[in-house]
Amino acid sequence: MGGPPLYFRTETETEMNQHVPADLADPVRVRPTGFEDVVRLVGLKRRFGATAALDGVSLTVKKGEILGIIGRSGAGKSTLIRCLNGLERPDSGQVFIEGREISRLGERDLQPLRRRIGMVFQHFNLLWAKTVEDNVALPLKIEGRPRAERLARAVELLQLVGLSEKAKAYPASLSGGQKQRVGIARALAARPALLLSDEATSALDPETTRSILALLKDINTRLGLTILLITHEMEVIRSIADRVAVIDAGRIVEEGAVWQVFANPKSEITRSLLGAIRPQLPPGIASRLAPGAGLETFLRIDLAGEAARQPLLSELGAGVPGPFRLVHGGIDHVQEQPVGTLFLAVPGADAAHLARITTFLKDRGARVEVLGHVAGPV
Amino acid sequence: MSPVLFELLLRSIWETVLMTGASGLISLVFGLPLGLALVATDRGGIAESLWVNRILGAIINGFRSVPFIILLVALIPVTRLIVGTSIGTWAAIVPLSIAATPYYARISEVSLREVDHGLIEAARAMGGNRWTIIREVLVPEALPGIVAGFTVTLVTLVGASAMAGAIGAGGLGDLAIRYGYQRFETNVMVAVVIVLIVLVCGIQWLGDRLVARLDHRG
Repeated sequence: MGGPPLYFRTETETEMNQHVPADLADPVRVRPTGFEDVVRLVGLKRRFGATAALDGVSLTVKKGEILGIIGRSGAGKSTLIRCLNGLERPDSGQVFIEGREISRLGERDLQPLRRRIGMVFQHFNLLWAKTVEDNVALPLKIEGRPRAERLARAVELLQLVGLSEKAKAYPASLSGGQKQRVGIARALAARPALLLSDEATSALDPETTRSILALLKDINTRLGLTILLITHEMEVIRSIADRVAVIDAGRIVEEGAVWQVFANPKSEITRSLLGAIRPQLPPGIASRLAPGAGLETFLRIDLAGEAARQPLLSELGAGVPGPFRLVHGGIDHVQEQPVGTLFLAVPGADAAHLARITTFLKDRGARVEVLGHVAGPV
Repeated sequence: MSPVLFELLLRSIWETVLMTGASGLISLVFGLPLGLALVATDRGGIAESLWVNRILGAIINGFRSVPFIILLVALIPVTRLIVGTSIGTWAAIVPLSIAATPYYARISEVSLREVDHGLIEAARAMGGNRWTIIREVLVPEALPGIVAGFTVTLVTLVGASAMAGAIGAGGLGDLAIRYGYQRFETNVMVAVVIVLIVLVCGIQWLGDRLVARLDHRG
């Protein structure tokens, strides 16, 4: 991590995450797996014809965490998540689920293992011909549990997802959000060790998305269930993930605690995925920026963690005399950590003055970028 | 219509119902598994085996391309082997079933193929085996189509059973030809046609009702 050292102070969660990228640096190294790692992928590769869907993916999902994998469509997300329950087989590499290597197992051996893994789908995949409770109870029926036990569990789960009154209804009569709640209840029926979420909210409207994400987070906290989710929306990662891995062209290009990746994205793809939810300079100003001198100079300041907890702007005013104005931006909170971007405009284009401002802010843990100048008032 | 003719009509109705019902049942028992086999062994199916799929397909197409009247005669030795005779209602059930089974296999195949692949994947993700997928997903999800297809098959069988009169099977078609056509007894012809219309409408109505009850897709 190249970010300012201030970011990493005292955050135990952050320290826990520090060993993960080490795996990335050395993807073929096999580390003995403790029970702490629910999933461990080592050098996973899978090709479809000429394209590599997975091109050496190594990842670890720890017990009780929510890991979000984000990427554009076609980045390899679906192939990756389907390798975890053997719906897809890697060409090479290893998949450990609770310490057991599964990528070479036959269909028959995979079946009991899949019962340890719940899966939630983008299009819900509920059975139209079964009632809500029978849908929820299906994993237990597959396990061969008696009917009374199955129904008792279905009642319990429908209560958990807030759909008790719909037990006897058929999926066709439910809204999208309700269908996904049933999908989640069904995925939990066999008390899995891991929940896979394959774009679970991509077919839902923003409000329903929020309620489904809140439900997943609630399940994670209350049941301590490990969740691996894939998505193409940063908002999903932002709302519930503890850690994020960014996948592009079959490779993990970036990985870390969500707030750190948000604060200091390393790769172009991450920046572009973040673009939708991070403050951007208004296009009217951005289009007028030019190099050289001008009436005003625009600065972009990225802050996170400790740097964002300080009275930075008032200190700047006292430390480097001279006017400046706040043009755009703000401080957001991700995983209860302040993460933000501010756009300042400084009159003139005095290089020495700008250097003083930049140094002052950098010394306090912020990242500063001189974006350019505008010739006239904006 | 004389009481004798009326009795003959009743008997013919019973023979037609018997031929249609028995061969329909047999085509369901053998055709549905065949339809499942066609879907399961096809590319991307739950028991993919293109070899088996092609052979099955070719056999089914072979039977389906033979006109029923020829099948009726060509199968006489087989019928004799199974029923003991090649004449009569029971004898007609053999060629009727053999013609209807591949027909129904294709019809049920279409319904089974329409089951969303995502549902099969969901069942696999739950740890289901092939049998679970057939029992919990493919058949229940395709059931409205399977029943609708069975209705179509029964109606087709009502028509085909008329041809079975050619091997002395009796039934309404036989009655219509021997009395209505060859003896110019128009009222028999009219009565047979009315009975057939009622029979076909009845089957269709029952089938539609059942489908409506089974279809939960909203």
